[in-house]
Amino acid sequence: METRAFQRIYTKIEEITKATCTVRASGVGYEELAMVAGREAQVVKIMGDQVTLQVFAGTEGIPTNAEVVFMGKAPTLKVGDALAGRFFNAYGQPIDDGPAVEGEEREIGGPSVNPVRRKQPSELITTGIAGIDLNNTLVTGQKIPFFADPDQPFNQVMAMVALRAKADKIILGGIGLTNDDYLFFRNVFENAGALHRIVSFVNTTEDPPVERLLVPDMALTAAEYFAVEKNEKVLALLTDMTLYADALSIVSNRMDQIPSKDSMPGSLYSDLAKLYEKAVQFEAGGSITIIAVTTLSGGDITHAIPDNTGYITEGQLFLRRDTEVGKVIVDPFRSLSRLKQLVIGKKTRADHPQVMNAAVRLYADAANARTKLENGFDLTDYDERALEFAREYSRQLLAIDVNIDTEKMLETAWELFARYFSQAEVGIKQEFMDQYWQEE
Amino acid sequence: MNDTAQHTKGKVSGIIANLVIVQVDGPVAQNEIGFIRHGGAPLMAEVIKIIGDKAYVQVFESTRGLQPGMEVEFAGHLLEATLGPGILSRNYDGLMHDLDTMTGIFLKRGEYTPALDLEKKWSFRPLAQPGSPATAGSWLGEVKENNIPHKIMAPFKLEGQYTIQSLAAPGDYTVTETIAVLADSRGNEVPVAMAQQWPVKRAVKAYRNKPRPFKLLETGVRTIDTLNPIVEGGTGFIPGPFGSGKTVMQHAISKQAEADIVVVAACGERANEVVELFTEFPELDDPWTGRKLMERTTIIANTSNMPVAAREASVYTAMTIAEYYRSMGLKVLLLADSTSRWAQALREMSNRMEELPGPDAFPMDLPAIISNFYSRAGIVFLSNGQTGSITFIGTVSPAGGNLKEPVTESTKKVARCFYALSQQRADSKRYPAIDPIESYSKYLEYPELQKTLNEQIAPDWVNRVEELKNILLRGKEASEQINILGDDGVSVDTHLVFWRSEVIDSIILQQDAFDEVDARSPMKRQKYMVDKVLEVAATELSFGSYEEVNPFFKRVIAALRQMNYSEFESEKFKKYEEELRQILGERKTS
Ligand SMILES: Nc1ncnc2c1ncn2[C@@H]1O[C@H](COP(=O)(O)OP(=O)(O)OP(=O)(O)O)[C@@H](O)[C@H]1O
Ligand SMILES: [Mg+2]
Repeated sequence: METRAFQRIYTKIEEITKATCTVRASGVGYEELAMVAGREAQVVKIMGDQVTLQVFAGTEGIPTNAEVVFMGKAPTLKVGDALAGRFFNAYGQPIDDGPAVEGEEREIGGPSVNPVRRKQPSELITTGIAGIDLNNTLVTGQKIPFFADPDQPFNQVMAMVALRAKADKIILGGIGLTNDDYLFFRNVFENAGALHRIVSFVNTTEDPPVERLLVPDMALTAAEYFAVEKNEKVLALLTDMTLYADALSIVSNRMDQIPSKDSMPGSLYSDLAKLYEKAVQFEAGGSITIIAVTTLSGGDITHAIPDNTGYITEGQLFLRRDTEVGKVIVDPFRSLSRLKQLVIGKKTRADHPQVMNAAVRLYADAANARTKLENGFDLTDYDERALEFAREYSRQLLAIDVNIDTEKMLETAWELFARYFSQAEVGIKQEFMDQYWQEE
Repeated sequence: MNDTAQHTKGKVSGIIANLVIVQVDGPVAQNEIGFIRHGGAPLMAEVIKIIGDKAYVQVFESTRGLQPGMEVEFAGHLLEATLGPGILSRNYDGLMHDLDTMTGIFLKRGEYTPALDLEKKWSFRPLAQPGSPATAGSWLGEVKENNIPHKIMAPFKLEGQYTIQSLAAPGDYTVTETIAVLADSRGNEVPVAMAQQWPVKRAVKAYRNKPRPFKLLETGVRTIDTLNPIVEGGTGFIPGPFGSGKTVMQHAISKQAEADIVVVAACGERANEVVELFTEFPELDDPWTGRKLMERTTIIANTSNMPVAAREASVYTAMTIAEYYRSMGLKVLLLADSTSRWAQALREMSNRMEELPGPDAFPMDLPAIISNFYSRAGIVFLSNGQTGSITFIGTVSPAGGNLKEPVTESTKKVARCFYALSQQRADSKRYPAIDPIESYSKYLEYPELQKTLNEQIAPDWVNRVEELKNILLRGKEASEQINILGDDGVSVDTHLVFWRSEVIDSIILQQDAFDEVDARSPMKRQKYMVDKVLEVAATELSFGSYEEVNPFFKRVIAALRQMNYSEFESEKFKKYEEELRQILGERKTS
């Protein structure tokens, strides 16, 4: 970045920690962007003329006489249609050998939407995956993470969902993405001929961790541009938000803040909410839908990161390998889309809610039967039938490689009900039974 | 507080997130409001600590771009709510600024819209005579606000005895016009307008006394009304892990409860949930009056992406509005979702001020703050003998779903109803997921409530409730036995004990909040269904083997569930009732 006349330059750094440095300066604004020895930094604390800066790339090698240049503004992104099809780093600089993007310069992490200007989400997103469309229907303007173990194929599923979702723009926020996964996303989008509607902000595992703090804000600033200015349906993919939270804890730790649960900063809830709440449906038709990934350690969802996430997002999706059928499924027990009731049975067939609930209940009966079996008890005839139902339900509906429309999902469910159960055992409203029950 | 004659000024000297340190040139008060000049916009802030000539303020806005040296002007008063006709149907932010009159799609820093419509004329009718005595909260007149008799009261800030000097004639007035003049014993006159100010963190005490609650507040939610009732002027809380149904439960209560006024504080939760209220309430009917729900409702929205300091203020703003309407002799229901977010806002500030932290890094005085807040609810006798009430129900979002954490524990000490949502019930979609065994209503032990319940519902109602609870408890024990010993390791009777409790669980406890009919169950219907399930439980049945028990009860439950889904006492309802009679007949030992 070139220096300009009004910029204030200082060369006496008084304190340096791993992620921050402190310099005496005046006329500096809170959250202002600065360059410290050529590295991006942001003001995180001002005490009189002592200004503390968080250096995104780390402070390694920074001398006490390094040049500190204040830029007179918070971090920004230049927005415009030219963002489409491009790949950027955490600072919004191109990493695809293309030219810099010209456009209106916007501060990232901008203000919130007035809640009365929002519209209630009501537009269904179809993915072809029954574990989502049938059981956990997604809606535009929703925010929902995959809670996944690091070894699960969450990025693959997310890419699949993104491509099938009929979004006008897909914004990828890669937060500590492995280089392989970064290339995977690039390839999938390219092969699908979708590059022109994709914008990517990527920080890979090779990049400094604190830079990750910028990625979601960059991605969501771009998303807001397309959703507000162009009234587009935007899908933002944020993977992996656990690494974002880790970066927050690094910084708060360096600033000697008292950590709360699991060494996370006490403000974790607010920090995450500020990002996820960018998901919105606008009156004019534009929307931002956020699908994120939160990796778990040892499957523990009570850890502060998934826990706070769960309190913010509108449900969560779990992947699980069903060993009975040898396929990865969307777990019907632990997954939940909170906004599904806005569309199911309204935008989809009226029997959808009841079919969904009945199937999950019967699947739960199968799980109980399996427990019985494992404990060495005899199974009843009902147990046996429930187990058989569960296998087919898993294979024909829950598996992520199934790609059918919602109508077909409902048909399949009715077919399985009639094959394994009596009407009383299924327990759906009589009018639907009369209409859809398929006598064998 | 005493007005500082000329308002103190200061300059920003430090900034850490939304904590700003201000160098002041005169006296400032704890919790005084100040405005930081940032460009054209004054950013509102509240003093939370003072050391020497440094005032620590929490800013109710983003502090991006603030610089040392910026000017601060203190306002000479605490954080106040503006109270007057026109609060109902409105959507406010945490500081009571009208969200609908703000401009643009995005919130703008420092855009502070007035709480009341200052132009609108209200048709005023005096209720008192000149010459009569008046104290804080005395009813001077009345206007109709959405068909609700809105009392115009002597300002809550008055201290001591006053005489009504003059009172405006019936007619149309704006909220700022003088409608009465009061005089104290020395003849000092106080002009009174319909709008008044009150500092939100202080309880309105304009009532004679606060008796123990004694009257049911019907919510239409069976597991509450029947098993663990909440009362007019009662307090309750709903703790539960994420996704267990706190918000759905609160929304159901806000739609269905027998209240004159409903104040909903969306405190640090999702914007889409508030939008749901904005969208649905103007369309939905209040089941008690047939008018639109929005007419009796005020929403305070400080969603999780709105400024954190204003989140703390939002619950106080909501409580103050509730107190205002209670003083008019109305039944007010106050809901806050989630009180944990408010506690977290306190934690963030206390952290930034480097205070010595208490458990889980929450401030040491958290229990006192929570108990102080809950104590503002209650039923009161006003000075004119009328009653008014605030029923308060808050949700709690315990970290990791573990109830052994400071917010849950502090709340449990003060709230009298405990509606524990269980992860296990939510996972198995047994909604509402209120754990019937862990949860309680202390009010059920109040003889005064037992008396009104028995009078209102049935002479031995409280006994029937006890019986339901016993069956549930025995069912739980039976289910544990079956799990340990296996289906064939226990007697058929044990299976029966278990299935009887399943009937109660499925038919009384479980309730589909999204089904038009089932969502709301009036007390009369609740009684009918309670009698029905108790009748099932009391029916002697005979079975050849345990394997016959499960399919039989599934049919019993299916028939009863269809009753729940049918209009009460409709043909359909009676058809399923008959079906139930026949099913029972198959196994009945006579
Ligand atoms: N009574 C009910 N009937 C049917 N479904 C319900 C009921 N209660 C809850 N649910 C289901 O559970 C989901 C989560 O409920 P809710 O949003 O109330 O959870 P919460 O406890 O408020 O969670 P959080 O702490 O994350 O805000 C709902 O979206 C709905 O799908
Ligand atoms: Mg909630």
